[in-house]
Amino acid sequence: MSVAVAKPGEIKHNYLNAGDTVRSWLLTTDHKRIAVLYLVSVTLFFAVGGLLALLIRLELLTPQGDLMTSENYNRVFTMHGVVMIFLFLIPAIPAVLGNFLVPLMVGARDLAFPRLNLASWYVYMAGGLIATWAMVNGGVDTGWTFYPPYSSSYSTSQVTLTIIGAFLVGFSSIFTGINFIVTIHKMRAPGLTWFRLPLFIWAHYATSVIIVLGTPVVAITLLLVAVERVFRLGIFDPALGGDPILFQHLFWFYSHPAVYIMILPAMGVISEVIACFSRKRVFGYHFVAFSSVAIAVVGFLVWGHHMFTTGQSVYAGMVFSLLSFLVAVPSAVKVFNWTATMYKGTIEFRAPMLYVMGFLGLFVIGGLTGLFLASLATDIHLQDTYFVVAHFHYIMVGGTIFGYLAGLHFWWPKMTGRMYPEGIAKLAALIIFAGFNLTFFPQFVLGYLGMPRRYHWYPEEWQMLHVMSSAGTALLGIGYILPIFYLLWSLRNGALAGPNPWGATGLEWKTDSPPITHNFEETPIVTEEPYAYENHHQQEEVASGTGASTTKG
Amino acid sequence: MVQEQAPQKVSIQFEDLHQQNESYIVGMWTFLVTEIMFFGGLFTTYLVYRMANQETFWEAHRHLSVPLGFFNTCVLLTSSLTMALTVHYAQRGLRKQQLLWLLATMALACTFLVVKGFEYHHKFVEGLIPGPNFRFEPVEHLRVAQLFFSLYFAMTGLHALHVLIGVLVMAILTVLIAINHPSVQDFIPVELTGLYWHFVDIVWIFLFPLLYLIPR
Ligand code: HEM
Ligand SMILES: [Cu+2]
Repeated sequence: MSVAVAKPGEIKHNYLNAGDTVRSWLLTTDHKRIAVLYLVSVTLFFAVGGLLALLIRLELLTPQGDLMTSENYNRVFTMHGVVMIFLFLIPAIPAVLGNFLVPLMVGARDLAFPRLNLASWYVYMAGGLIATWAMVNGGVDTGWTFYPPYSSSYSTSQVTLTIIGAFLVGFSSIFTGINFIVTIHKMRAPGLTWFRLPLFIWAHYATSVIIVLGTPVVAITLLLVAVERVFRLGIFDPALGGDPILFQHLFWFYSHPAVYIMILPAMGVISEVIACFSRKRVFGYHFVAFSSVAIAVVGFLVWGHHMFTTGQSVYAGMVFSLLSFLVAVPSAVKVFNWTATMYKGTIEFRAPMLYVMGFLGLFVIGGLTGLFLASLATDIHLQDTYFVVAHFHYIMVGGTIFGYLAGLHFWWPKMTGRMYPEGIAKLAALIIFAGFNLTFFPQFVLGYLGMPRRYHWYPEEWQMLHVMSSAGTALLGIGYILPIFYLLWSLRNGALAGPNPWGATGLEWKTDSPPITHNFEETPIVTEEPYAYENHHQQEEVASGTGASTTKG
Repeated sequence: MVQEQAPQKVSIQFEDLHQQNESYIVGMWTFLVTEIMFFGGLFTTYLVYRMANQETFWEAHRHLSVPLGFFNTCVLLTSSLTMALTVHYAQRGLRKQQLLWLLATMALACTFLVVKGFEYHHKFVEGLIPGPNFRFEPVEHLRVAQLFFSLYFAMTGLHALHVLIGVLVMAILTVLIAINHPSVQDFIPVELTGLYWHFVDIVWIFLFPLLYLIPR
């Protein structure tokens, strides 16, 4: 491999300019290019989901239904949920940032199965397009949870097509999960022991385990609903001899862990960013690492907390409630450790760090309100109200999306070779934080007062809170649109980043930005713990022109 | 009959053949875990309903042919043996024996599918295909019996699909071995197919007693 010595300001040979035909993108097996493909696709689906959210909030401005009928309202919130969960939140961090970073961070030239990786994108797109097709051809109105018998026997909307879409998307995450597990097990660079792995890798490992264990269950369950619907078999519909509660058990067996599929990768991002911008090693590295694994395990034992009001036995309810409290512990461990990491650190308030701070605050609120819901008695009052809606948005939007944006900004220089504009990025982060709280905090109050979810008629006296929430959505929308513009702008006009603009540790910063096609000129050798910020102050700042240096010597 | 072999190609992302092979094996096991969970969802569904409807499930299961099921069990078990032999000879790089036992495995797999086809046909003739034309005596058991047959077709159907995929994979493998394609000079592709095939057999080992041998 030739090491061209580049003049300052000149963009070298890298994965982005390795080919610019459409074909070179659509048939690529480079994990970094596939990450870019995913980045574009999940952004598009996020926009679709966001527009649907806007419609919901517009409708809820007034106590009556004036924008749409109840039937259409059902369709809009269902499609919002399906798009956001299956097409955005689940793939967002693993398939974009994870795809890009897992091989770089373990010092490998690519994922173990590059063609499987490309296949995962195609399967994802197929699923996404089928779901989109279902949306334009009548939509779905079952709620993203597809509860039978409504979904299997009564709904006249495009349930089957949507299920096929979700099924396919599930397989794309299984492909990604298998790839990550094998890569992390077998392809770590020499010297990169398990406890030298960045926490981002631990988080993605735990996520992959959940994907591999959980996704097939929901896949077969949804398939059974589709089969019941098409062939009128009695599997879940009581009128045909089935048991709808069984569906809920199977569905939540996946879908509770799925919430950790969404949040664990974000937690991985947080660990990286917080260590870098506090210039300290992550406090209690082992605890943070193992808490990811603990979440992956215990997360499989709490699904029944979504079913406290279905008439499952009281004893089952008590056990599920207790275990749900237990699963909050590893999450709390992480939060405490991150806070301790910042303590006495040299904190730099860059845009990614602002998102991290936002994450910490919002995740704590989301987690604590989860405990209200995990308590049997309070959940009877709060179940299926806006309180639940606020709870999971605090975690999914306040947690996952904040983590995603933190990561996207943090690694943007690595992915593109260009810096994003700091000032406006900070502004966007603040707008998103403000918009988010204005949107979702009133929903806690609404839910506490009794506003049920999935209705668009409500008593007059709640209008004020709904108006606040809708106003927040507008603000939030602006906050999300800004990055699209300034990030695209930075592709041409951003300052050149150099291999390591943040002075961060981690193998991904030891190679060029953007990296060359096979990541490293020579396989790196790891000789130290992760996050060794205190060991060598600033010494990386002196970016070597060749990049791709190794840590040896 | 060990041939002269050009060194097997190692894909660019791997350091060496050893790492590549191990990665494929770990990948296959991970895939099989997803398969276990996939079937696990179905098995759970079946078990829940059977516990709730022991009596009717017993009535319904009498329409399955134990001799045919038993025959198929023997067929699949034998095919596991022939597959193990294929892997054995692959590890020694003996091409002819590999081909022989692979073909035997495929023949057994096809036998299984044909017998299964006959069984399905029988159910069709007896009106036991769930749906509007489902018939069952006594009528008060009809709904639950239909549930039993829904599950029967879902589970054995999914399993048969896996057998079919196995046959296709083996067919491709046969061709590759026959033309001495570089990708099969190493035993890993055969080993992976073997893992998959044993998994398919094991699923049947659970399906047969669960569906055909329900105690009173
Ligand atoms: C700190 C630990 C957590 C606890 C104790 C907890 C507890 C709960 C409980 C009990 C419910 C059911 C409420 C009801 O339906 O009445 C619930 C719903 C939900 N939670 Fe959490 N949760 C936690 C963390 C998370 C995380 C990390 C996420 C996502 C990334 C999440 C996302 C959701 C979602 C999406 C729902 C609503 C599902 C639906 O009904 O459509 N939760 N949570
Ligand atoms: Cu849950």
